[in-house]
Amino acid sequence: MERIPILRMGPFLLITIQVDMHDKLAMQLQDDVAQRISDWGSAGVLIDISSLEIVDSFIGRMLANIAAMSRVLGADTVVVGMQPAVAITLVELGMSLPGVRTALNVESGMELLYGTLGTFLGAPNDRSEE
Amino acid sequence: MLRMTEVKSEQLPLQSSSDVVVARQRVRQFATELRFSLVDQTKLVTAASELARNALDHGRGGQMRIEVLNGLARTGLKLTFEDNGPGIPDIEVALKDGYTTGSGMGLGLGGSKRLVNEFFIESKVGQGTKVTVVRWK
Amino acid sequence: MNKLGEIISQNEETIRAEWLKHMTAAAQRADLMSNVELQEQSRSLLDAIKRGASSSQPEDVSGPAWSAARESLQDLSVSRAHQGFTPSETATFVLSLKQPLFSHIRRELSGDQTAMFETLWTCTSLIDKLALLTAEAYLAAREELISRQQQELMELSTPVVKLWDGILALPIIGTLDSARTQVVMEELLQTVVATNSKFAIIDITGVPTVDTLVAQHLLKTITAARLMGAECIISGVRPQIAQTIVHLGINLEDVITKAKLADAFALALHKSGRTVVRISATAGGGNAGAMTAMRKDG
Repeated sequence: MERIPILRMGPFLLITIQVDMHDKLAMQLQDDVAQRISDWGSAGVLIDISSLEIVDSFIGRMLANIAAMSRVLGADTVVVGMQPAVAITLVELGMSLPGVRTALNVESGMELLYGTLGTFLGAPNDRSEE
Repeated sequence: MLRMTEVKSEQLPLQSSSDVVVARQRVRQFATELRFSLVDQTKLVTAASELARNALDHGRGGQMRIEVLNGLARTGLKLTFEDNGPGIPDIEVALKDGYTTGSGMGLGLGGSKRLVNEFFIESKVGQGTKVTVVRWK
Repeated sequence: MNKLGEIISQNEETIRAEWLKHMTAAAQRADLMSNVELQEQSRSLLDAIKRGASSSQPEDVSGPAWSAARESLQDLSVSRAHQGFTPSETATFVLSLKQPLFSHIRRELSGDQTAMFETLWTCTSLIDKLALLTAEAYLAAREELISRQQQELMELSTPVVKLWDGILALPIIGTLDSARTQVVMEELLQTVVATNSKFAIIDITGVPTVDTLVAQHLLKTITAARLMGAECIISGVRPQIAQTIVHLGINLEDVITKAKLADAFALALHKSGRTVVRISATAGGGNAGAMTAMRKDG
């Protein structure tokens, strides 16, 4: 079955969503992210939605879930690249994406994550020994 | 004034989550052909996605009908979502944000209403629900 | 019986020449339309009217036999609306066709009073209907032109300005209504993406009043920008506006507001890790002095 690829970028994970997501794909992605954070001890997750022309409440829930779950696993999530039309629609829809931080693009998203990373005591791998 | 009203319409099933994806894409195609603005397209397709999903998840499957409305001075797209599911007991409450019968952010009804120009809903408990929305260009 | 179609067919060129000759200079508007264009419009319209009048349903202007005439009228009304003709001038163009038609009808049917009366009646009611169609088409075209101009005006009156790398300013002048806010919102957000700007300062010095609706629109813009990863600062909040906001109970807790655009700019700079530094004058002066000294020695 097709899966959304998850790339490792140093201490972070990068997920680029380019397809029209259906339920199974979304479920699989949430599982995969949890697994990867655990495998690699990632400190942050970047989700690039710059190709998404539609974000409905289903996708919104998925993003919020990934953020919440990652937080429990010790990683921060930043969603980047939201298109203006999508942002305007989400506001009208009344969705606020709780627990999800946002940035304009991958670069600024990483800056944001590095900023938070500074508050960690050591390298990500050390956390498993705490 | 000098044209007659034409109706070009299409019906699609909503029986699986891939049907919802197809429905979304079809609405997008219609909206693009009719040259809706990008923001209006996004709002309409998002509303379609919400309502199609409702019909599938809460209505246990149904269908969507797309109709092009060629009025005297304006053009619009009308979408009708029908299912034979359990129906909604209290529509007023359902239209309020945050209403939900399952996990998640609500039925999306109240939100969808804000994304379109006209919104009609009929529902009978035990019989089903029908939601009609119109977006004018 | 209706002889109108016949009469027009047999005398088409003459009728047309008379029509144009008798059309007042006012309706012709040589300043707006060339003679060639006028000739062409009259020729195609008369031809279409002939066909409609000769059909089996000569009086049904909305029927299929008259579609060519309707199209012809639609085209000429729309083009005249854009060219600046008045609605009267446009309708007169059609109405003035009555005179040549009447005179031909009278001449051809002088021996048959009944036929003449019937044909005259058919002719006048037809021309009246066509003139009304013209007026309606004209109005519709003008309205569309006006709304398009309004749109352009809206877009022009709210430019998005880049103050610095990553900092945009949107000075709003005039009242904000639903339609305008929509346009403004979209433009701002698109510019945010295009320029990769993390900060957008919305200056409302030029906005006379802020009511609940305007405030809601502004809040929606700010929320949308935030969802995209950019932050908005509202500046130019005048004392009266501040009072109105408080009285109306509008919640601006999550929004940074500043009285002056300059303050907002300073804040945006600071938040993006930058500051403005005064270049000291003494260092330069000292060096110049030393150089002057060197030259004197050398």
